[in-house]
Amino acid sequence: MDDLRDVWVYLSASPLLHLTLTLVAFQAGNWIYDRTDRNPLCNPVLIAVLTIVGILLITGTPYQDYFDGAQFVHFLLGPATVSLAIPLYRQFDKVRRSAFAILASIITGSITAMAAALGIGYALGASKDTLIALAPKSVTAPVAMGITEQLGGLPSLTAVLVILTGITGAMLGPIVLNIFRLKNWQARGLALGTASHGIGTARALQVNEVAGAFSGLAMGLNALATAILLPILWQLIF
Amino acid sequence: MLNYLTLIFSCQLAGELARVTLDLPIPGPVLGMVLLFFFLVFKGGIPEQLSAVTGGLLNHLSLLFVPAGVGIMLHFKLLGSDWIAISIALVASTVLTIIVTAAMMTYLTRGSSASDQTEE
Repeated sequence: MDDLRDVWVYLSASPLLHLTLTLVAFQAGNWIYDRTDRNPLCNPVLIAVLTIVGILLITGTPYQDYFDGAQFVHFLLGPATVSLAIPLYRQFDKVRRSAFAILASIITGSITAMAAALGIGYALGASKDTLIALAPKSVTAPVAMGITEQLGGLPSLTAVLVILTGITGAMLGPIVLNIFRLKNWQARGLALGTASHGIGTARALQVNEVAGAFSGLAMGLNALATAILLPILWQLIF
Repeated sequence: MLNYLTLIFSCQLAGELARVTLDLPIPGPVLGMVLLFFFLVFKGGIPEQLSAVTGGLLNHLSLLFVPAGVGIMLHFKLLGSDWIAISIALVASTVLTIIVTAAMMTYLTRGSSASDQTEE
């Protein structure tokens, strides 16, 4: 029994354990996703996150210990975002042809995201701190946290809401788009990228390259639009 | 292969530097994406080895969000007493944004090529 504990102490101090846990949990998520005929509700990110949170809580492992290992995966987010230039370049002819429509759609979507989050939150009696954190939640995490900080809110609450928004969009997006018969890949990609940043883009990229390229573009432009528009909107309201 | 990995990292680093020095409201990696895009325009095409490197990263983009996602375990308390308002506002506004954005784009590009339509 002591031997076993020694092994555990050794493993939990090495990055390998939590790195492997991340990969295994995600593979399990993918397996379930495939087994359910790619049902959007069985989102692999959601399954992996819930599995890992459960295991960490059961074993009493602090998040920081987990992240010491998982940071190697996390780090790749930056280079992966840079890589979105490749699908964008491949689809650039399409982007150029409908540049006005793209800009108009993203700006409309950006305003809808902020206004709906603020309006619904306010109507349901959310506090001011909560409202500041809710407003930029469709934007990629570093920008959303920066905006919240600038408006005097809680960046850590924003980070949680950004992730939850990403997963929500990736799960429900394809379902509602099908219900409303919005089948155009360009439109679907823009919608996912605008509403749910990188997690939406990851989802769009899995399904279709056109959707992925438009989603990556929307993610970048919505970050810019929200960073400019939200402080203005916020001053108008409060 | 290695030189393209270096290129990607350099674009990101240049993006981070630009963000910090110019105090821009866009994250470094997104600026890096713009830089890499200009590199491709300048090059006039996508080098095969570059698309091999980026393909490896982008094929599993969802995986890369898992460590940050697990971070929500630290902050559940922050949701606090507002959690019902937050959940409803979050889900409703996300769904509404998706519908509005896609409907707007579909409306503005109506009449152009219908070849991109597909069932998912």
